[in-house]
Amino acid sequence: MAENNSILTALANPTRFLALSARVLPWMAGLSAVLLAVGLWLVFFQVPDDYQQGATVRIMYIHVPAAWLSLFLYAMMTGSAIGTLVWRHPLADVAQKAAAPIGAAFTLLCLVTGSIWGKPMWGTWWVWDARLTSELVLLLIYLGIIGLWRAIEEPSAAARAVAIMTLVGFVNIPIVKFSVDWWNTLHQPASVFRLGGSTIDASMLWPLLVMAAGFTLLAVSLHLSGMRTEILRRRVRALSLLEAQQRERAPVAAVVAPGVAR
Amino acid sequence: MSGGHMGYIVAAYAFAAITVGGLILRAVLDHRAQQRALADFEARGVQRRSRRKAAQP
Repeated sequence: MAENNSILTALANPTRFLALSARVLPWMAGLSAVLLAVGLWLVFFQVPDDYQQGATVRIMYIHVPAAWLSLFLYAMMTGSAIGTLVWRHPLADVAQKAAAPIGAAFTLLCLVTGSIWGKPMWGTWWVWDARLTSELVLLLIYLGIIGLWRAIEEPSAAARAVAIMTLVGFVNIPIVKFSVDWWNTLHQPASVFRLGGSTIDASMLWPLLVMAAGFTLLAVSLHLSGMRTEILRRRVRALSLLEAQQRERAPVAAVVAPGVAR
Repeated sequence: MSGGHMGYIVAAYAFAAITVGGLILRAVLDHRAQQRALADFEARGVQRRSRRKAAQP
């Protein structure tokens, strides 16, 4: 336990984090590209058409990973929010801030691809059913969080406000996940991670898992990259404040100097 | 692959490509902008405390 704590403490040092992430990031991004390339080859050249949905089942291979990532990134932001509020750790603030735009992008991707898939299969682009509506609410929460980051200038004050908003917004996550079980929705119930095993045939399930792994590594790579940029942004902010302080002091020193000479 | 709804599939993958491409482009450009800003400060002689301490004998 003590060893785990020391590893976490070491990783939580921003300079050490920058050095370690610089080494990990190219490998992670490369592996993500390979998995996505293999996944796309499987999707377009190996996966059979669905007996009901025909070729449109291929939209599933981007829609489902995007949906998973919209929840995964929010869960990660919630973990970081706890880190901000309990340990007041700056790297937790940085992790929260870097995850929000990526989470918003994958939530939008989930909603748009779902809508495109819905038109030929359901006969409509949109219905106000519980799954679709709660996913739209998730997008609005992400956008609210991004807005709050921009509204408060001081990073640690912004982080605490955002952390509280993130924790409140977490209420929506189980609603998104279980909406298809709790209410009668047009959206289908869970078919991959469910008690009793997946209902998808292996010929379609494996390509889906490959695409999901590729998208997850892509999201984690983007998140690491975003954290690195945010650390640099905070250094730029600190230096611009330091420079402003130095400019303010300079004329005072010039006025005081003659008096000291006397 | 049957071609009945090809337009929908192309539209979904095109939107995914634009979203992912946009995320990657934003990450690269933002990182470069911050690196440039840091280099500008260093060139003007404005340094972080840790850098100043490391530079002192």
